Amino acid sequence: MALSAFFLMFFLLQHLSINILSVLSPETFNEVSHFMGTNPIVQFALQPVLIFAVVFHFVMGFVLELRNSRARNVSYAKNNGAANSTWMSRNMIWTGLTILAFIGLHFIDFWFPEINTKFIQGDWSGTMQGVDGFRYHEELVHKFAHPARVIAYVVSFIFLGLHLAHGFTSAFQSMGGTAGRKKTLQTIGKAYSIIIPAGFIFIAIYHHFNH
Amino acid sequence: MNLTLKIWRQKDSKTKGQMVDYKVTEISEHMSFLEMMDVLNEQLVNSGEEPVAFDHDCREGICGMCSMYINGEAHGPDRGVTTCQLHMRMFKDGDTITIEPWRAAAFPVIKDLVVNRSAFDRIQHAGGYISVNTSGNTQDANSIPISKHAADTAMDAATCIGCGACVATCKNSSAMLFVGAKVSQYALLPQGQVEAADRVRNMVAQMDLEGFGNCTNTGACEVECPKGISLDNIARMNRELMKASI
Repeated sequence: MALSAFFLMFFLLQHLSINILSVLSPETFNEVSHFMGTNPIVQFALQPVLIFAVVFHFVMGFVLELRNSRARNVSYAKNNGAANSTWMSRNMIWTGLTILAFIGLHFIDFWFPEINTKFIQGDWSGTMQGVDGFRYHEELVHKFAHPARVIAYVVSFIFLGLHLAHGFTSAFQSMGGTAGRKKTLQTIGKAYSIIIPAGFIFIAIYHHFNH
Repeated sequence: MNLTLKIWRQKDSKTKGQMVDYKVTEISEHMSFLEMMDVLNEQLVNSGEEPVAFDHDCREGICGMCSMYINGEAHGPDRGVTTCQLHMRMFKDGDTITIEPWRAAAFPVIKDLVVNRSAFDRIQHAGGYISVNTSGNTQDANSIPISKHAADTAMDAATCIGCGACVATCKNSSAMLFVGAKVSQYALLPQGQVEAADRVRNMVAQMDLEGFGNCTNTGACEVECPKGISLDNIARMNRELMKASI
């Protein structure tokens, strides 16, 4: 879980770094998106690793939840989990399932059309009719025109933030890294779990109201 | 104070149990929780009923025998205490107190509030020791220099009394705080180095075999541990296991 979590947290950071360019400089965003979408190393080496990491993380999450629920065959009549642990730490499976549902929506929005264009239609040009230059910025802006989609994205990113609020430090702890550096890691974890989702939320809302 | 107690009653390991309500009156706030249970049991014996079975021994927070899940928390609402150190001043007149046994598949109920914690013994047998024969060969304590920090951290880990509150409170019934403490107390000292790799591998393997869950780092165990065993011990155990696996 922890190893795939590290990879996915790094991926989120690079994803946000590229997406924020759509606000700062649409031209640069188009250039970088085209590079990422057509570079053979990204497409045929990194992308399969990413897909594997996502699938592995979710499968392991379910396996972990199943094994852990079996470890307590009779539940407590009264259990006060809030007395000793955070809501985020106790509900990783639910925040994770929300993120899984979001990935489904995100794939329908961006990934499946991209796969269709490149691998089925064989169009690797990065252009589309009626758009000058590359199509990526136009596609992104178009997706956030509908308020329902923006709301779905914002809610999903809030759940991503809750997932990361526990997951960041938990991954380090599982890899044996917390001891002696707990306070620093917790501070970095809190900052990461706020900055990443807030960045994505900002991008979605920005494009909704500015185009 | 007058209290209503909701207590798990179970005749034996094979019989299905249930929560049963009892009333106790004139409980002093200075009583320990176990003394309050003694009052209840005296009341039950006098009325010809079966007293509530519960584990207890030293009644001073050392032996790790007492094991009650009180109002949804291992060893009750106080911090850094075992059930025998919990005082009735933590409750109010008229309160309803729910008392259950530790719940974990690896800790089956024997009777009422008594659970079988021999899974912990088997984990200890798997590696929680050093094989050096110290009987009659005791060295001078200062013949092996050990840093103050290592000695203190090892001692902190060694204060684990094996009560099982970590397992009881963990949403996953994980025993990793217990095993982490037992691995750490040896891993930090030179005497434990020779068997370090085998120790952590065997103890973790036994822990998994016993059916405990996996740690998801909620930190509940650290909060509820009567001896304040730190989560750092779990991180150290993970490091030891990785080191042993490479």
